[in-house]
Amino acid sequence: MDLTLFVWKQSGPEAPGRLEEYRAKDITQDMSFLEMLDMVNEGLIREGRDPIAFDHDCREGICGMCSQVVNGVPHGPLEKTTICQLHMRHFRDGDTLYIEPFRARAFPVIRDLIVDRSGLERIIRSGGYISVHTGGVPDANVILIPKADADIAMDAAECIGCGACVAACPNGSAMLFTAAKVAHLALLPQGRAEGARRVCLMTEEMMKEGFGSCGNHYECQSVCPKGIKVKFIAKLNREFIKAKVKGG
Amino acid sequence: MTLDGKCPSGPLPGKWEKHCHDLKLVSPANKRKYRIIVVGTGLAGASAAATLGELGYNVESFCYQDSPRRAHSIAAQGGINAAKNYPNDGDSTYRLFHDTIKGGDFRAREANVYRLASISSRIIDQCVAQGVPFARDYAGYLDTRSFGGAQVSRTFYARGQTGQQLLLGAYAALSRQVRAGTVRIHPRTEMLDLVVVNGEAKGITVRDMVTGRISGHAADAVCLCTGGYTNVFYLSTNAMGSNVTATFRAYRKGAFFANPCYTQIHPTCIPVTGDHQAKLTLMSESLRNDGRVWVPKVRADRRPPHEIPEEERDYYLERKYPAFGNLAPRDISSRAAKEVCDGGHGVGPGGRGVYLDFSDAISRVGEGKIRERYGNLFEMYEKITGEDAYKRPMRIYPAPHYAMGGLWVDYNLESSLPGLFVLGEANFSDHGANRLGASALMQGLADGYFIIPHTISHYLAQTRPGAANQGDPAFIQSVEACEALIKKLLSIKGKKTVNEFHRELGRIMWEDAGMARSRESLERALRRIPELRAEFWENVIIPGGEAELNQELEKAGRVADFLEFGELLARDALHRNESCGGHFRTEYQTPDGEAKRDDENYCYAAAWEYKGDGREPELHKEPLVFEDVHLAVRSYK
Ligand SMILES: Cc1cc2nc3c(=O)[nH]c(=O)nc-3n(C[C@H](O)[C@H](O)[C@H](O)COP(=O)(O)OP(=O)(O)OC[C@H]3O[C@@H](n4cnc5c(N)ncnc54)[C@H](O)[C@@H]3O)c2cc1C
Ligand code: FES
Repeated sequence: MDLTLFVWKQSGPEAPGRLEEYRAKDITQDMSFLEMLDMVNEGLIREGRDPIAFDHDCREGICGMCSQVVNGVPHGPLEKTTICQLHMRHFRDGDTLYIEPFRARAFPVIRDLIVDRSGLERIIRSGGYISVHTGGVPDANVILIPKADADIAMDAAECIGCGACVAACPNGSAMLFTAAKVAHLALLPQGRAEGARRVCLMTEEMMKEGFGSCGNHYECQSVCPKGIKVKFIAKLNREFIKAKVKGG
Repeated sequence: MTLDGKCPSGPLPGKWEKHCHDLKLVSPANKRKYRIIVVGTGLAGASAAATLGELGYNVESFCYQDSPRRAHSIAAQGGINAAKNYPNDGDSTYRLFHDTIKGGDFRAREANVYRLASISSRIIDQCVAQGVPFARDYAGYLDTRSFGGAQVSRTFYARGQTGQQLLLGAYAALSRQVRAGTVRIHPRTEMLDLVVVNGEAKGITVRDMVTGRISGHAADAVCLCTGGYTNVFYLSTNAMGSNVTATFRAYRKGAFFANPCYTQIHPTCIPVTGDHQAKLTLMSESLRNDGRVWVPKVRADRRPPHEIPEEERDYYLERKYPAFGNLAPRDISSRAAKEVCDGGHGVGPGGRGVYLDFSDAISRVGEGKIRERYGNLFEMYEKITGEDAYKRPMRIYPAPHYAMGGLWVDYNLESSLPGLFVLGEANFSDHGANRLGASALMQGLADGYFIIPHTISHYLAQTRPGAANQGDPAFIQSVEACEALIKKLLSIKGKKTVNEFHRELGRIMWEDAGMARSRESLERALRRIPELRAEFWENVIIPGGEAELNQELEKAGRVADFLEFGELLARDALHRNESCGGHFRTEYQTPDGEAKRDDENYCYAAAWEYKGDGREPELHKEPLVFEDVHLAVRSYK
């Protein structure tokens, strides 16, 4: 099949950007979306033109490096699927695709489809951990965690930190990301000791980084490639209120 | 030269503890005076950087991704081994040690493997304390599953995302140290060279992948934790950016490269669909707990799988290896798949595939249970192939997956260059000629959390802090050399893309140095690789400039190194006139097609020393001495 692409091109953070038109020819169904872009890029390189820069690494939907908006939707049209796991069988011959970077105030463009998501790292750094030293910990089975709790903690921990939630949010909020991290640890007995401090620090950092606040639009949940639920935002809010009541 | 692994003497149990006692320490007040560079932020690098930072050293941590937590360890699916013996099924440190030595076809160092097995339990404790949400049973205790090459259930897991959860745990520990001010992170930064001052590793040269700036970083010691090199095959299960550059350039600076020919071809990957393919996807080996592998007995049988009656199916692993069945080790399962496909029994496009069938398991435990165990893997399979594996068997085929070979290190994880330590998949130390499933994560974390903190202090205690700095001639020369290399690459302006060269190299490596190798095929590879390399340096086209984000330039540097390294791999494979583990030479096999080792002549680790461009590398041997285990023919029947 043949497709028409309009791709965001921007040579650097300060440079102006624009949508540029490309043709993707002889695309087969079993190609992945990124393999389609690889092919377009190889063609461009042979013609001596500038290829499209985009982030990617594992191409298995787990590292969270890939970050593209296709026709207005972060990670494209398929539910619970990162752009690297999207395959061309979901498109038709003659389709026109608009491909843009994850956009948010806190995600400046570095080049083309590559953005700077380091704000997310600083949220984790502010307190997204359990302060345990290496060594000197009890046997793993000393801490019993009922299966149901472990399962919900894992549901939250599955977040790949790609930032699609931020890109989808009209306010550019990182609430779903932060909530997933807070909830994962707050749901486990090991994480409770520092729970109050953690939720305050992470929420504060999120605001400082220029992420917007949550307006309960829930666009984040619908684009999350890992199906992280907004119920974790409610959990974060509860944890936050509890912490504030305690004077944390 | 005969190499010495510097293993301490004495009985295996207790060796490590005694050794730790003999190692020199750096006093708490002096630790912050030492700067340590850790390249790589996978399980090995993140755990090392976090732990060294926690101890009070000054740590500089580098990775090429935009965040340390995206390192390729994140993609590990199946699980991590530990000799906890929670299920009371007969596991012990000794059994894990023995399984690993045997799994590696008796080509690993006893002392290292025993240490790994004895540390394994503490890793699970550590990770649970960090909040890693391992699978639990209803009573709240940790759950385990079985993996290939073992008859006990010792693999701990977090759904199908064990690597992700372990890495997020290590990253959390790392982040805590960043906040504490002991670790500085350098993301989107690629190591291009190792800097050696007076024969010791004292820093690295890196390229800022956003601005293109090349700069030197000095330190008192360097740890390479840069992962494996299987992308030399072009198509592999590794991440797109996985490379040999860091370790290969250290090799060019004097660190020995050991056993490059030991590469693991994983039996359960999604088959190749066409030339456009950029990578291959692993379906975790844990699937073999419940899936049965088979092919049609009739050649070129094109009937859909459900139309092939039971008696016309060949469950070849169960037939050939009744004791282990579908859980036979990876090298053996991969070769068995190749053999049935070569024999014309393969299924799917090009007959390069075998079935992995869950229908028995689904009727035994129900679809819900299977969904709970492997849901995300089935989803991934459907995304890629468009097929529903609950309804029809998966199609799988072997693919390059893991590098047992790597930079040579002694018992202290120190390479042949003093001050250069190598951890995780990047070293060669623990898996011999074949790695058992769920053992890489264990090794990475053992190296990073529990071994390097002890051994690096021994080196540092004997060096003066801050002895080298970026202004030294060695750093200036290294930066200039890297800049010159980049200029040269950009000036070629040929006709073929970097990917085209990489694909061609992959084809040579896969055909001539892949799952089965022979003298003839390896000699052919040794002719073809230099030809391709020469063409690369004349005809590659790289768009853009040096002082900008330039992904083609990054790839070109990596492929240039693979084009050299592929030759070293083939040379090593050619010199090893035996079959062992993942290294299968067709000339050396038993009458029933199993690998035939030659313990008399090849019971050693082969460590190669770089001798200059265009010159043959020199082989050094480290004899493997087995004091505890009995060298035996590896049988899984
Ligand atoms: C798909 C898949 C599934 C797997 N499943 C399992 C499993 O279930 N159980 C198991 O035990 N093992 C498994 N493995 C193997 C295991 O994941 C790896 O061996 C292990 O994670 C390697 O960890 P590492 O820390 O050594 O390196 P990696 O995690 O590969 O990290 C390498 C690091 O080095 C950095 N780096 C590399 N080159 C450079 C450079 N030139 N400059 C700067 N930085 C650089 C990268 O940025 C990265 O941070 C699996 C592997 C794959 C591919
Ligand atoms: S490239 Fe890793 S999630 Fe898409």
